[in-house]
Amino acid sequence: MTAVEERSQGSPAASRAPLLRARNLVQEFPVRGAGGVKGGVVHAVSNVSFDVYPGETLGVVGETGSGKSTLARSVIQAPPPKSGEVEFQGSDLVKLRRGALKQARRQMQMVYQDPFGSLNPRWRIAELVEEPLIGYGEGNATTRKKRVDELLDLVGLDPSQYGKRRPHEISGGQCQRVAIARAIALDPALVICDEAVSSLDVLIQAQVLNLFEKLRRELNLSYLFIAHDLALVKQVSDRVAVMYLGQLAEIGPAEGMYRQPLHPYTAALLDSIPRIDPATGRANKPVALPGEPPSPVDPPSGCRFRTRCPRAQQTCADVEPQLVELLPGHQVACHFPLTIPENELPPRPAPASQAAPDPAIAGG
Amino acid sequence: MSTDWTSYPTGGSSVTSDVIDSSSPGGYRRPAAPGEPLLIVEDLRVQFTRGGRRINAVNGLSYEMVPGKMMAIIGESGSGKSVSTRALMGLLPPTATISGSIRFDGRELLGLDEAELRKVRGGDIAMVFQDPARSLNPTMKIGSQITEAVRAQSDLDKKGAHARAVELLRLVRLPAPERRFHEYPHQLSGGMRQRVMIAIALAGEPRLLIADEATTALDVTTQAQIMELLVELRERLGMAVIMISHDLGLAASYAEDVVVMYAGRAVEHAPVGTLFSNVRMPYTRALLGAIPALEREPHSLLPVTPGQPPDLSALPKGCPFRPRCSNATDKCVEHPPFLEHEPQHWWACWHPAGTELDTAPEVTAAMAPATAAEAAHHLEQEHPDHPADQRPAVNQPAVNQGVTR
Repeated sequence: MTAVEERSQGSPAASRAPLLRARNLVQEFPVRGAGGVKGGVVHAVSNVSFDVYPGETLGVVGETGSGKSTLARSVIQAPPPKSGEVEFQGSDLVKLRRGALKQARRQMQMVYQDPFGSLNPRWRIAELVEEPLIGYGEGNATTRKKRVDELLDLVGLDPSQYGKRRPHEISGGQCQRVAIARAIALDPALVICDEAVSSLDVLIQAQVLNLFEKLRRELNLSYLFIAHDLALVKQVSDRVAVMYLGQLAEIGPAEGMYRQPLHPYTAALLDSIPRIDPATGRANKPVALPGEPPSPVDPPSGCRFRTRCPRAQQTCADVEPQLVELLPGHQVACHFPLTIPENELPPRPAPASQAAPDPAIAGG
Repeated sequence: MSTDWTSYPTGGSSVTSDVIDSSSPGGYRRPAAPGEPLLIVEDLRVQFTRGGRRINAVNGLSYEMVPGKMMAIIGESGSGKSVSTRALMGLLPPTATISGSIRFDGRELLGLDEAELRKVRGGDIAMVFQDPARSLNPTMKIGSQITEAVRAQSDLDKKGAHARAVELLRLVRLPAPERRFHEYPHQLSGGMRQRVMIAIALAGEPRLLIADEATTALDVTTQAQIMELLVELRERLGMAVIMISHDLGLAASYAEDVVVMYAGRAVEHAPVGTLFSNVRMPYTRALLGAIPALEREPHSLLPVTPGQPPDLSALPKGCPFRPRCSNATDKCVEHPPFLEHEPQHWWACWHPAGTELDTAPEVTAAMAPATAAEAAHHLEQEHPDHPADQRPAVNQPAVNQGVTR
């Protein structure tokens, strides 16, 4: 994984030491079959390495079950990963004990998808925002009240009007603002957003996305921004990591990845997004990627994407591709990345259609 | 409600009136004569009473669709898009007060008794919901669930129903239908479950299929598969499809006609090409501008519409979008009629885009990436307390501070 460290460009902070440095993260969960007898292991995250630099936003995209949320949870040690290192501000979180871990966590906060689910419905907004300050023994009642007002102002909620309300008395977008105020209350260095705007309507989503952007600039925050929507991730990220079935398929600068995706999976994801051309107002015709992600309990050998990949060869089943830096700061784990034109691929003896019993069927 | 219904189009259908699937037992009924509207919704109003407050979920919704079309109804949560289609299916609770008119193939659906409604539901009109996991019975094999639907809608015997059920599974392109027939819903993926739901919906050979956020819970690659299936089925079976969605991009990619709803009424309705190349309603334009597009630069700010959708129990007077609209004037306190201002293009606005009083730039400009420097400039300019009278332009990149109620 030395290639990760040899990034030459791609972020404004490339020369600085990373804020978060994750190496070879592995997270697995045992599963039980019928009757609780048969054992298996869900390979949720397999050997994932990445860096987040100060002031940088790293976007993580992937389909359901690609391990993006598990990755975030491994980073905050809830639960700790099965193996690997998470170096945050110079200390390895995996090795930290309780008290030290609590202090480290102060610097990294999470914002979750469901704004109602993450706020205690019986508490008032001001109490909710004050809670992290009390938890870390910040100031006294007077200074905390002042700080709460400041935070609510910062996220665009008038403290005199909203402070006394309870979560059910405000809208989903406003709840998410409260969750964000809680997250930034302790001046963290890193905020992990796990599908933080996915449940919001598009006009409210735009308001909250702009709030994230404003806070990033004003507080010099770094984000690990997890979402399934590529366009959304691109909107906020300096670099983007694409996950497939627990592994990184591709990681690189946001702009470059959308201009020139290197992994066939990234290209397929980009093709399947329905969108409108802003210039003509005309819509594209999304192209469906056939098949479905295989089970993470029994991932395919070699490259995990090979069962759905239009470019798959025998090598892809035999050898697991490693992340290689093909363009500056842009790595891909693929034996036949899209830099190789279709006609220069080695001829295929048999189509890799073992996943679908009937080739005419598009799948799930 | 001064909706001008005499001017609604009666042409534009692309339906072939052939029986499509002649091999199927029973076959498909002939759709309504081409050109005649299949569905006419007129001044539909739905109210609920909750805690002594009256919630106006649908407020004078009117639209019309010709057979065989794919129409999208677009709106945010609470815009009444689902409630209005549930009214059409007779699926609203008895506490709902419904008025107006819903005519399907010349027949008034409002006021039908339960027995007649049951024939319409699943027979003429079928619906696919967002969450296939919750719509299917977890304790029944999927084959039995489809067979049940087939037998409810036809006189086929057990054997014939079984054959028809397998055929339906093949029609929705479920891989290995014979094997899947004996599986339970939890053994299928989300996409496959949605295919089963569609198969069940097709059991009654409907002429209108309503897909209520049918792909919202699915991944983007699976979403494309299901949408392709719906497009294919619509062509093969000649049925009309109403897709309800919050996703403008999805509507633009698949639908022929788009109805945009806000606060329980239609605010703009046009063929998809017209709508996106010539947006007139400021609300539609705001929606378009707020979508994160791949063309935007990283860290660019999105044009922001202040405030939130109105409280449905206390709707503002006149245009419901007025408090959030950059074009709003005193005139907007008067209710704007939903009229066909241009051929095939209806909207309800006093100051639509492209007219004299329009304050916001063209949508193309709004979609252009705001540079980081430009965005930073706006950030510096903004003031924490938004004066209530200052109307921020919809397309001006600015972080929303004022939360209007």
